[in-house]
Amino acid sequence: MQALEVRNLVKQYRNGVQALKGIDLNVAQGDFFALLGPNGAGKSTLIGICTSLVNKTSGSLRVFGHDLDTELEAAKACIGVVPQELNLNQFETCETIVVNQAGFYGIPRRLAHERAEKYLNQLSLWDKRHKMARTLSGGMKRRLMIARALMHEPRLLILDEPTAGVDIEIRRSMWDFLRGLNEGGTTIILTTHYLEEAETLCRNIAIIDRGRIAEADRMDRLLLKLHTESFVLSVRAPLAAAPTVAGYEVRWIDPHTLEVEISKTQTLNDVFSQLTASGIEVVSMRNKVNRLEEIFMRLVDKSGSPA
Amino acid sequence: MSTSVARARWIGFQTIILRECGRILRIWGQTIVPSAVTAALYFVIFGTLIGRRIGQMDGVDYMQYIAPGLIMMAVITNAYANVSSSFFGAKFQRFLEEISVSPLPDWLVVLGYVGGGVLRGLLVGLVVTIISLVFTHLPVHHVLVIFAAVLLTAVVFSLAGFINGVFAKNFDQVNWIPTFILTPLTYFGGVFYSINLLPPWAQSLSHANPVLHMVNAFRYGFLGRSDVDVVLAFAIMVGAAVALFGIALTLMRRGTGLRD
Ligand SMILES: Nc1ncnc2c1ncn2[C@@H]1O[C@H](COP(=O)(O)OP(=O)(O)O)[C@@H](O)[C@H]1O
Ligand SMILES: [Mg+2]
Repeated sequence: MQALEVRNLVKQYRNGVQALKGIDLNVAQGDFFALLGPNGAGKSTLIGICTSLVNKTSGSLRVFGHDLDTELEAAKACIGVVPQELNLNQFETCETIVVNQAGFYGIPRRLAHERAEKYLNQLSLWDKRHKMARTLSGGMKRRLMIARALMHEPRLLILDEPTAGVDIEIRRSMWDFLRGLNEGGTTIILTTHYLEEAETLCRNIAIIDRGRIAEADRMDRLLLKLHTESFVLSVRAPLAAAPTVAGYEVRWIDPHTLEVEISKTQTLNDVFSQLTASGIEVVSMRNKVNRLEEIFMRLVDKSGSPA
Repeated sequence: MSTSVARARWIGFQTIILRECGRILRIWGQTIVPSAVTAALYFVIFGTLIGRRIGQMDGVDYMQYIAPGLIMMAVITNAYANVSSSFFGAKFQRFLEEISVSPLPDWLVVLGYVGGGVLRGLLVGLVVTIISLVFTHLPVHHVLVIFAAVLLTAVVFSLAGFINGVFAKNFDQVNWIPTFILTPLTYFGGVFYSINLLPPWAQSLSHANPVLHMVNAFRYGFLGRSDVDVVLAFAIMVGAAVALFGIALTLMRRGTGLRD
């Protein structure tokens, strides 16, 4: 069963900005999924549409099989969301905030109080339960939003940049907490612009850039792609097929052109010596642009280096 | 609809109402006291000082005549202000999102906020009633009419306040309608005088003012006299409530002012 299925999702804001240009996405039940992309890529827009805070222009979404157009209430009941922007009532206490949130999801008051104790404790906020939200530090507010999102024990938890602006120590303890939650069976989708965060936590990843999914794959395979460079080689004598080069993937493009993938642990020398041994002469070579790497360069440029 | 869904909705509705009550009581200096002070001033100045010169209005003691109108004025102002400012505040501070992401259906969210407005309207109305009893006595001509009129009026103005809260983009737009529309409507709505004192054209004009019908229906419940047809007055109140509820719900469904 898919926790989230997004089909051909398009969003055009009233000011004409096309934030999503036809998104397709699958997140399996139980997954820990990263949605990675530079600022302005469309991450928050996508999450806004999943959580009914933004109207879509076209396309369809299903949450655990419930279509958002036809079974909105059932779909909403499955989702818990921690938004990017603070949206706490600054004049309510931590306990009131989480207990009320449970109430909006139809959870009886007694059970809500039990869960409030459980989740405020887990997020180290229990001793702050009588404090107003406005008196909390930034990290505490963010943890309060996580506790609030968990009160109805959603099957799918969506976090929009939960660790942005949170210091390293708290970020790590948040990671541990989320990992535990995922091991307990909650599907988690996390947006971030820190590759390290996605790498540490997530099994699957989609990279979103300028409103399109640039790549969606298993984390390990994506890292491999990211750390692999492609070179285009021109050879003097025409070739009928790709030569075998032990340990490397060589693709035949045309009789005078080959393409080879080199990971960061391998060397070009090795490739050349093997080609020379097979009597193949390379005339020239150029680097093929790595689209992923290009996106990651922009991630780093805008957000500074991750912790 | 299964009973578990109905129960969940009921809990959600109660939660909105409880939160609204918490807000009303937490900031009681802004929600309850001002109307009580205003009403007391009206009774002292119009009732005691000027009222003595006026004597009777429509055959009853002037103080007694204005008491139902002043109660109604408090109900209208407070029902409206509660919903418009609470809903706008939730939107402005973004914590309305807590409700927007939950499975609570739109109509129940409208009813929840309206419930909060009605409760504040009735609470402040009760306070003003108690104050008025210090200055005058109020006979009860028809108790059902009293309750139906005050309840419907509170519902109508809570809904109007809700719509204001949906459209408002800043706090000025929350205060604009009460100052420039609501206050004139109530002052010309027969709170202080019988429209029989007016020239015929002004009487006809007054009949277009819904507040006139509400105030008179309410006054009829106490004093047994009215400038308008009480049945028509109730028809207007019910019609207004239904129409405004329809508008509020449509706005919620479209996400006007709430979702991009
Ligand atoms: N409410 C809005 N109105 C108009 N444009 C918006 C709005 N919200 C976001 N955008 C635009 O949509 C694009 C995607 O934004 P967003 O989803 O917030 O990206 P991200 O979360 O990945 O940083 C950006 O170009 C942004 O300027
Ligand atoms: Mg964002």
